[in-house]
Amino acid sequence: MTALLEVKDLQVRVEEREILHGLTLTVNEGQVHAIMGPNGSGKSTLSHVIAGKPGYEVTGGQILFKGEDLLEMKPEERAAKGVFLAFQYPVEIPGVATMNFLRTALNAQRKARGESEYSTPDFLKKVREVSKSLNIPQDMLKRGVNVGFSGGEKKRNEVLQMALFEPSLCILDEMDSGLDIDALRIAADGVNALRSPKRAMVVITHYQRLLNYIVPDVVHVMSKGRVVKSGGKELALELEASGYAQFEDAA
Amino acid sequence: MNVAVAKTGKGRAVSDLFTSAEGRLPGSPAVIAARREAFETYERLGLPHRRIEEWKYTDLRALVGEVLPLAANPDAAALKRAADAVKAHAIAGARKLVLVDGAFVADLSDVKALASEVGFKTLGDTLAKDAGLLKTASSDAVIALNAAMATDGVVLSIADGTQLSAPIQIIHIATATSASAFTRSQVVIGKGARATIIESFVSAGATAYQINDAVIVSVGDNADVAHIRLMDDAPDAVNITSQFVTVGANTKVNFFNMTTGAAVSRLQGFITLAGEGSELSANGVNLLQKTEHGDTTLVVDHAVPNCVSREIFRAVLDDRAHSVFQGRIIVRPDAQKTDGKMMIRALLLSDEAEAYNKPELEIFADDVSCGHGATAGALDDSLLFYLKARGLPEKQAQALLIQAFVGEAIEQIADDDLREHVIGIAERWLERRQ
Repeated sequence: MTALLEVKDLQVRVEEREILHGLTLTVNEGQVHAIMGPNGSGKSTLSHVIAGKPGYEVTGGQILFKGEDLLEMKPEERAAKGVFLAFQYPVEIPGVATMNFLRTALNAQRKARGESEYSTPDFLKKVREVSKSLNIPQDMLKRGVNVGFSGGEKKRNEVLQMALFEPSLCILDEMDSGLDIDALRIAADGVNALRSPKRAMVVITHYQRLLNYIVPDVVHVMSKGRVVKSGGKELALELEASGYAQFEDAA
Repeated sequence: MNVAVAKTGKGRAVSDLFTSAEGRLPGSPAVIAARREAFETYERLGLPHRRIEEWKYTDLRALVGEVLPLAANPDAAALKRAADAVKAHAIAGARKLVLVDGAFVADLSDVKALASEVGFKTLGDTLAKDAGLLKTASSDAVIALNAAMATDGVVLSIADGTQLSAPIQIIHIATATSASAFTRSQVVIGKGARATIIESFVSAGATAYQINDAVIVSVGDNADVAHIRLMDDAPDAVNITSQFVTVGANTKVNFFNMTTGAAVSRLQGFITLAGEGSELSANGVNLLQKTEHGDTTLVVDHAVPNCVSREIFRAVLDDRAHSVFQGRIIVRPDAQKTDGKMMIRALLLSDEAEAYNKPELEIFADDVSCGHGATAGALDDSLLFYLKARGLPEKQAQALLIQAFVGEAIEQIADDDLREHVIGIAERWLERRQ
C-alpha cells in the first residue's frame, strides 16, 4: 500500500509551549485511521498543523503528503493537492452565499491543479447531485456560509464540501461534537459514501460512538503529544471500557 | 484665528482666484454681487481646518493647501476626451447630462429626450434672472466658495406625478489638470413623482484637479426617489461635494454613495425630513487605498414626527488610507415617533490605515427609537483560514470577505440594475488589488 500521509517525529509549539513532542503516524491510501485521546493530548493541533493553520510553530520533524513536504505549502496549496480538514466548529461567513463560496473554492482548486474551471451549469448539476444525497435542502445553499445553520447542518455542509472537492485525505476533527444521534448518522453516512481505495481518512474523536458509524481500520491513542498505542478497531472499544488514564501514565 | 489665511501656501492671493474668474462667472449684476459676498465669506474663513469642529478629521489646509485656478472652458480636444469618458461611464438606458470642467455640454447630453419629461435649464440660464440658487443655509467655507465660483450646473424640475421612464445621469468629467471646477445643480421632484438620479464623477485624462460641487434637492410628498452617487475621480484629485436634501411627506428616498477615487474626498450631506411618514435609506461604501482620504459627513434632521431613517456605511481601507464618517441624527422637539438608526463599520486591511467614525445623536423629543453603532477592525483570521483551507488564495479569500462586508450597504440599493452596477465597481476595485 502507498503511504499518503507520513508524519515523522513532529514537534509543534504554540506560544512557547510544546504541544506535540515527536508524533509519528503513517496513513496509507484507502485507510481510515481514528485518533483518540483525552482533552489536551494534541489531536486538534495535529489536524490544524496538517491543514496549515497559522499560529503553530513546527520545531522538528516533517509531514509528507504523497511524498511532498506539506509544511512548505500554503493552506490553499494543500487544499488543491487534496488535503481536506472538516472543521470541528465550521465558521459562519455572513454575506458570502454558500453557492458562490463552493464554486469559488472548487474552481480555485481546479485552477491551481491546472484543470479547467467548472461552467455554471456543470457546477450546479454537481452540487444538486451531491446535496441531494446528503439531504441538504437547496435553500440552505442560498444562505450565507453556515449562517443560521444548526450544528448538524454545519457538519453536513462540511461533508458536502468533501464530496464536491474530492480530496485524497480527509481529516475529520471531532465531527461528532454538538451532534445528536440522527445528525451524526446522516453525517457519518455521507462520510462512508466517500470511502474509496484512493482516499484516506483521519477521524479525530474523544468517543468510541462515532466509530460505530465510521468504522476505522486503525486506531491510535494520543496522549501528551504522542501516539502511545495503535491497534485495530477493537482498541476503541477497549478504551471505552477502561478510559484514557492508563495511557496518561504510559506517556 | 490668523487672518493671513487670505494668502495660500504658495503665496498666491486668494482674492486673485475670484477676480481672475469673475469675467467667466454667469449671472446678472445682482448675482455677481451675491457671488462677491459669498467669496468674502470664504476669504474671511479660509479653507476649513482641524480647529473647525465639522472639519476636524479632514483638515483641508493640511490635505489640500490651496484652491487651484478655475479650469478653462473645454476646447475641442478636451471635448473629444470627454466624449470617450461619457461612453465608458454612461449607465445603459439613462439620460445623460454632462458637465466638463464645470461647463454644461449640450452636445454630449440627452437634453431633447429628457425635455419630454423634465424641465431642464442650466445654472447659467437660471442665474441670469436671480441669485436664489446661490443661497443655502450654511456658513461652511467650501459652500460659500462654491456659491462664489460655480460656473455651471443642471437645474431639473420634475413635475408632480411624473414617473420618469429612464434614470437621469449627471456625469462630471475632468479634462483639465491642476485646475478647479465648481458646479452647482438643483433637482426639484414634484409630488407623487418617481425618479432615479445618478451622479458620476470621472476623469478624462486629467490629474491633480479639484472638484467643488453642490446639489440642492427637494422632494415633494408621496414621491419615490433613488439617488446614486458614484465618485471615481483620478487618484490625485480632490472632490468636495455638498448636498442639501429636503424631503416631503410619505416619501421614499433611497440614497447611495460609492467612493473609489480621489486623494481627498468629502461628501457632506444635509438631509431634512420635513414631512411626516417618510422613509430615508442613506447608505454608502468608501473603498480607499494608498494615501487616499475619504470623508462622508451626513446630517439627518428629523424635523417632523413619524419618519424613519436608516444609514449603513462601510469603509474598506488599504495601505495608509484614512476614512472619516461623521453621522449626525437630529430629532427636533416635535419629531415624536422618530425611528433613526445608523451603523458605520470600517475594515482595515493594513496596520497603517486609519478610520475615524463619529456618530452623534441629538435628540430633543422623548418618544423616539434611535440608535447607532460604529466598529473598526481587521478581517477575521478564522474566516480567512477557513477559506484558504478550501483552496482560496489569500487575496481571493480577502476579496470574498470584503465583498460580503460592503454587500451589507450595497444591498440597500433598491434598483436591481443599479445594485449590480455598484457590485461591479466594487469587484473591479478588488481585482485591481490582486
